[in-house]
Amino acid sequence: MAEKAATAPETRPLVPHLTLGETREQDYLNGSRCKNCNTLYVGPRLFCGKCSAQGPFESVRLASEGEVHVWTIIHQATPYVQAPYIAAIIDLKGGGSVNTNIVGIDPLPENLKFGMKVKMFTEKVSEDREGNSYVAYRFKPA
Amino acid sequence: MREVAIVGVSMIKFGRYPDRDFSQLAAQAGLDALKDAGAQMKDIQALYSGNLYATSGSGQRVLQQMGQTGIPVVNVANACATGSTALREAFFAVASGAYDMVMAVGSEQMGKQGLLGSRGDPATSLEGRVGSYMMPAVFGMAGMEHAREYGTQTEHFALASVKNHWHSTMNPLAQYQKESPLDEVMNARMIAYPNTLLMCCPTGDGAAAAVVCSMEKARQFTTQPIKIAASVLTSDPFVDRGLTLPDINTLTRNAAKIAYEQSGIGPEDLSQVELHDCFATAELLHYENLGLCGDGEAGKHVASGAPWIGNKVPAKYQEDVEPFADKTYKPKSKAVVNASGGLLSKGHPLGATGVANVAEIVWHLRGQAGDRQVENSKAGLAHVIGLCSACTIHILTK
Repeated sequence: MAEKAATAPETRPLVPHLTLGETREQDYLNGSRCKNCNTLYVGPRLFCGKCSAQGPFESVRLASEGEVHVWTIIHQATPYVQAPYIAAIIDLKGGGSVNTNIVGIDPLPENLKFGMKVKMFTEKVSEDREGNSYVAYRFKPA
Repeated sequence: MREVAIVGVSMIKFGRYPDRDFSQLAAQAGLDALKDAGAQMKDIQALYSGNLYATSGSGQRVLQQMGQTGIPVVNVANACATGSTALREAFFAVASGAYDMVMAVGSEQMGKQGLLGSRGDPATSLEGRVGSYMMPAVFGMAGMEHAREYGTQTEHFALASVKNHWHSTMNPLAQYQKESPLDEVMNARMIAYPNTLLMCCPTGDGAAAAVVCSMEKARQFTTQPIKIAASVLTSDPFVDRGLTLPDINTLTRNAAKIAYEQSGIGPEDLSQVELHDCFATAELLHYENLGLCGDGEAGKHVASGAPWIGNKVPAKYQEDVEPFADKTYKPKSKAVVNASGGLLSKGHPLGATGVANVAEIVWHLRGQAGDRQVENSKAGLAHVIGLCSACTIHILTK
């Protein structure tokens, strides 16, 4: 416990499928591919939900570029999030789909198109009581 | 497996009951269902209790209110399909021959909890930081997938609200009984595009119950037993993107296929359907998932008048529907959809919903549905889906 108190605040990814680099420019989305059935998952996996294999999985680096599959604009949000905001499902180039927010454009239906090209970036989004920082990935129009 | 019947049903008016405990709501529904069946607590050999927020011992607490006879209790939690899963357990208990008469009760006390899935630790919550995980987002995006594929307009989805809100004016047990013309639905506050406030179901409290028994036993209680012709439960199979955007379609299609095979009844034979319209977008997707119309035809289907009570759009809404109607469209199924007002108006106390849907179908089959009675109802389907993900379908016949 004493050891914990002495630990310096950390910078952590908000989700396990985000790998942090030395700088924010080096952050990337990670995935895993089932070596038995070739299914690609976003993030780490122990077991394959498609073929039931207990691994092994090959860790892969997912693309930072992708296309908008579908989107919505959230107007009624949780108290600590500024609304309205865009939520979208992005199909990444080369495989994998992620749930994300699109920023850098006004959250209006006319600004969004199915299949529009977007690019990932990361930034600090929150801090907990111990001072640890959390980094999330977002997308903006490419 | 032997034939199984429903001989008693009930639901309390859905709404807000801040002064009652969930077990009191459930006991009210349970005792009303017994009365409806002409049965007594001593006739019930097992209880299947669906409740999502008070899972541990929910059914035992209901018995403490309505009769502690010492019977076995099974507590069921299965997302929004909680109540209907409890009913399915009751069905199997009787079909297998283990019991002759049992009860399924579904209940929930949600209070004014706001948006489902919106809670979490402000430091580590993903909401709004890595997408959105709230139900309005999921069902907004599910609707947008349909729009992407078929060019469905927001107005098409909104017409489901116009219809269901109109139906609700004929259902005194609905949480809301307010009509809303198309412009009112479209201009209501946006929640998650394309669903406005009037395209989202409310949260609330409620309970419903059903007395289930063998067909043989049923004839001792009534001349009008309702047969459970199919009872199906599916979960979400692996699909691409399914772990990112919950897929509400495939498991419903799978359940429908099994239910139609089990019952020998097809979508064209159904007089009515109570389907899971938690959001207006969902209603249209399920027209296609349940085979009431072909893929891509849901917008035309709602505008055709087929799923409205009386199989036509009432005169006061003709003008709303006209621009979206295709006069050459021939509906595959003339099943009235959500005569109760649907979740959109009747309300959606999670654990109660799946039993209440079945109660609605029973009332129509018996000819007891009052002003909203679907004429000459012969077969009805009740569909529920909960994320992530459970789907139940029950088909009931006279």
